[in-house]
Amino acid sequence: MWKWLHPYANPEVTYHFNNKLIPWFLRLSVAFLGIGIVWALLFAPADYQQGNSFRIFYLHVPAASLSLGIYVGMAIAALVSLVWQVRLAEASVASIAPVGAVFTAMALITGAAWGRPTWGTWWIWDARLTTELILLFLYLGVIALQNAFEDKALASKAASILALVGVINVPIIKYSVEWWNTLHQGSTVSQLGRPSMTADMFWPFLVCFIGFIFLVSWLVCRRFQTEILQRNAMRPWVRELVMKEGAK
Amino acid sequence: MTTESIATINQEESLSYRRVFMLILKRDLTIALRHRDDVFNPILFFIIVVTLFPLSIGPESNTLARIAPGVIWVAAVLSTLLSLDRLFKSDHADGSLEQLLLSPYPTFVIVQAKIIAHWLLTGVPLIFIAPVLALLLNLNQNAYGVLMLTLFIGTPVLSFIGAIGVALTVGIKKGGVLLSLLVLPLYIPLLIFATSAIDTATMNLPYGGQIAIIAALFFGAFSLSPFAIGAALRVSTN
Repeated sequence: MWKWLHPYANPEVTYHFNNKLIPWFLRLSVAFLGIGIVWALLFAPADYQQGNSFRIFYLHVPAASLSLGIYVGMAIAALVSLVWQVRLAEASVASIAPVGAVFTAMALITGAAWGRPTWGTWWIWDARLTTELILLFLYLGVIALQNAFEDKALASKAASILALVGVINVPIIKYSVEWWNTLHQGSTVSQLGRPSMTADMFWPFLVCFIGFIFLVSWLVCRRFQTEILQRNAMRPWVRELVMKEGAK
Repeated sequence: MTTESIATINQEESLSYRRVFMLILKRDLTIALRHRDDVFNPILFFIIVVTLFPLSIGPESNTLARIAPGVIWVAAVLSTLLSLDRLFKSDHADGSLEQLLLSPYPTFVIVQAKIIAHWLLTGVPLIFIAPVLALLLNLNQNAYGVLMLTLFIGTPVLSFIGAIGVALTVGIKKGGVLLSLLVLPLYIPLLIFATSAIDTATMNLPYGGQIAIIAALFFGAFSLSPFAIGAALRVSTN
């Protein structure tokens, strides 16, 4: 496996590999999200209690679970960059954080929009909402620290340490807040295989969720490429690339 | 307290580590006591912040009693944040931080000594001032002991977790605002359990669970955060 991974330590190889991945991620995410969202918004049955307002579920739940998933991914990249000193993993921490922050913000905003018709209020200090808000702060902290340093490599190291400290704290924050106050409805899809929702509601959700995963992959790969170019701006291969692309 | 805590830290360490610890502790305390403003200003800040709440919310004693635990704890967090800057900044500016990191002794011990010194100067005074302020806020009689206990276990956690943020930002020119952005979210669990312990104590309910969790946070921060701080200091001093 190391032999297989080895060439990707070279930024140039990884850059071109990303070039191959990106169109696929884009196509798949457009396809899945296109089908999923049309299915979810137009054809899936309305909820018997919440009516049509529940349809925001198809945006809210993927955004919320991915916001946590992206944080874990970022922390793994941070660990790799700190332990094995992989330069590209540092770049990936920098490229993942803003995407995660946007998804967290999306989960909060769609959650507020969903809370208005169902709970009758935009915001409640409920455990999961609060955890999500704190997660947003953690993301913003990583981004702010990343931007505070002049030297990009140092910035990524500092941000990686913060991301790792954060990932230890996320479960503590989650349980402390949960103890503090709980009102949010229990999760409906986390029990794998036996969701507590009917199949004609579940399938569009799954399609949407997969679509969002590809969307995240696309965004991260694109940012990752930009990071690679910025960090290697003085290298000959980047100059050649710029001359070639700029000529178009 | 000081000798107790130091003894427990160093029971398993060899004598030389204990000596390193004591030397750095003594050095930091001496430096801090020669700049008395740095020690007194955060305490003054703590008192003033607490005083602002009755003025802004109103002098009604029931309301004040209700919000007292939260107000005192938030003020303690903010004043710790204010004082954290001193932890590594001057050492970084005059180069002694690099010398400490270059020394043959483990960063772990050095960092712990510096943080304990910081706590002795900023955390411990809060423990003794807080009951007086609680009196002004009309806190329930049952809660004074718990208030002091939560501050006693909780303020070291503030110092240890805050030190991670300071270590990360010490090389940056305008690190102050950034520090609060990095560190405040990490303080939330402590804040929740501390105020919840005080609240349950005012209702005459058992509060052992919350205290146990704060103690767990303390031991976690005490044993794990020096690793993060050491790594962060290496990044900052580069």
